[in-house]
Amino acid sequence: MKDHDARGIPHTTPRQSATFSQDVNSDIRRAAATGIYDIRGGGAKRKVPHFDDLLFMGASISRYPLEGYREKCETKVTLGTRFAKNPIELDIPITIAGMSFGALSGPAKEALGRGANAAGTSTTTGDGGMTPEERGHSSKLVYQYLPSRYGMNPDDLRKADAIEIVVGQGAKPGGGGMLLGQKISDRVAEMRNLPKGIDQRSSCRHPDWTGPDDLEIKILELREITGWKVPIYVKIAGARPYFDTTLAVKAGADVVVLDGMQGGTAATQDVFIEHVGQPTLACIRPAVRALQDLGMHREVQLIVSGGIRSGADVAKAMALGADAVAIGTAALIALGDNDPKWEAEYNELGTTAGAYDDWHEGLDPAGITTQDPELMKRFDPIEGGRRLKNYLKVLTLEAQTIARACGKNHMHNLEPEDLVALTMEAAAMAQVPLAGTDWYPGKPNT
Amino acid sequence: MQTFDLEARGLRDLNATLHAQAENTNQTHWEIINPKGSHAIAVGLDAPIEVSVKGSTGYYCAGMNKQATVHVHGSAGPGTAENMMSGTVIVEGDASQYAGATGHGGTLIIKGNASSRCGIAMKGIDIIVHGDVGHMSAFMAQSGNIVVCGDAGDALGDSCYEARFFVRGSVKSLGADCIEKEMRPEHIAILEDLLERGGCDAKASEFRRYGSARQLYNFDVDNAAAY
Ligand SMILES: Cc1cc2nc3c(=O)[nH]c(=O)nc-3n(C[C@H](O)[C@H](O)[C@H](O)COP(=O)(O)O)c2cc1C
Repeated sequence: MKDHDARGIPHTTPRQSATFSQDVNSDIRRAAATGIYDIRGGGAKRKVPHFDDLLFMGASISRYPLEGYREKCETKVTLGTRFAKNPIELDIPITIAGMSFGALSGPAKEALGRGANAAGTSTTTGDGGMTPEERGHSSKLVYQYLPSRYGMNPDDLRKADAIEIVVGQGAKPGGGGMLLGQKISDRVAEMRNLPKGIDQRSSCRHPDWTGPDDLEIKILELREITGWKVPIYVKIAGARPYFDTTLAVKAGADVVVLDGMQGGTAATQDVFIEHVGQPTLACIRPAVRALQDLGMHREVQLIVSGGIRSGADVAKAMALGADAVAIGTAALIALGDNDPKWEAEYNELGTTAGAYDDWHEGLDPAGITTQDPELMKRFDPIEGGRRLKNYLKVLTLEAQTIARACGKNHMHNLEPEDLVALTMEAAAMAQVPLAGTDWYPGKPNT
Repeated sequence: MQTFDLEARGLRDLNATLHAQAENTNQTHWEIINPKGSHAIAVGLDAPIEVSVKGSTGYYCAGMNKQATVHVHGSAGPGTAENMMSGTVIVEGDASQYAGATGHGGTLIIKGNASSRCGIAMKGIDIIVHGDVGHMSAFMAQSGNIVVCGDAGDALGDSCYEARFFVRGSVKSLGADCIEKEMRPEHIAILEDLLERGGCDAKASEFRRYGSARQLYNFDVDNAAAY
């Protein structure tokens, strides 16, 4: 590149705009070429305050640690103790989040069931209903009750170990779903009572109730149909966590599932994923405060999801007051999604391992987010299940390591007092002191 | 005939008793007295029994019904027969919003009028309304049939898929992608059967048929205004 013009006057260094970055410009070009907003899978990719911005302090003179591998640090959790005759008992406080059959292949759903089983935890259906593979391979299966009601029927409802009424998803609070025609195989079409090959929209609101008073009656109906046996969860997006948690509890939920903005989705408009909802970190304390204000913390369990990747994240979410966490994206990566071994094929699709998010197109080289029989063959559900089990074990061991270092003999004994924040933002959101101080923004009486 | 006093015995006892009826029960006729607008009456039934509710019901009466016949001798609240799989639900009076919502099968007969969003997201159920239906009826309706012997409100069949709508009276407006369609002999035959099942004395020739123009089935930017 020439650094001066014909007259010898120096050029200024070419300068990229922070506002009109290369990424932004490519979005504009894509929009101009297609006339359609960008749809993709995954969660928010922008950087937001997250668990990385928190640290545990560990033990000291006033807090003594537990001996790793010798002194027990319990990880069991019971979900649905409020009204259900048969609450769900899990060995580890990490569950598999709801992901639809349709978005994921049958073998991928099977692998999630196998992995969850082996690790002693639950898995969850998704939009599109319950498949026999999934029920067969999951000893504890949560059945989602979604606005679309695709595949909804009382027989599957009664086969479920818990019911999760989905009000919102962190990736798209207020948004419905989308399954593009290319992923609608005969089987998916049949389960959803729709013709093959057409784009399937899932509505954003439930068809037969609106508002908290109706929700209470809907919960009553589902309990009556299932004989008050199984817990009823209510899944909310990280939108207004204090009020939504309060209303869910008042409507009779046994468990609240709270999904922050980094939470994954199978397919949603990029603008939705990146610009609607609050970060997971910002949602937990308000939800816990809602439970405490109602005298229901630990009575109604709180499951947190949206960007959980490591045992440290699990421990931090629990220290902030969650009873358990759920994972979606991380589970898919454990199964083999976005693995660099498919790099050449990702390049063919115009992307690279780690960035592949066009799950809705059904061309997944790893054979996980597809309904293409040839691609599906690449994925071995037994091997996938084993990998997920390993990953869940590591998450648990890591979380226990931290809990022991903080002197806790149960994961549930972790508390906000074990944490400090690295940034002002994280301190404000998590309401734990900025490292090196005893202060956080918004702290009462300061 | 078994008589069940809902006020005296409570909802849990009612549904548990009805759920306990086996496929071959000889207690096939049940009468529920004092329903007093209670919610979730006779939900999740799965036996070939006949349940007669003597009065009006609240939300979700006969929700997720299979096999049973539930007869409401009064008016019915929101979401009556929601997600019904099979069987028959008859409402002598009017039905509130979302009647037959997401129903997969069976027959819902409403002798009075149905309010808004009747048959919303229906997936195979047949709904026969002797009177009128309110606005946004059959929104996102996937499959099955709705027969309206009276008039239909605004935005009938908005964003519908393969469901069929037969209306005898006026249609205030059609929703996005819903159009009037030719009534061919096979539709007359379907409608005659529905009218007979619904106990309507109307003639099939008096009805017009509506359904999806199938223009919104795959996203097309030139249709953006309709989304
Ligand atoms: C492929 C995929 C499909 C999903 N499908 C559903 C669904 O059907 N219903 C639902 O409530 N959430 C769905 N989700 C969201 C997850 O349940 C969960 O909230 C989210 O993945 C948690 O965040 P994480 O991905 O960062 O772990 C889906 C997520 C993914 C990645």
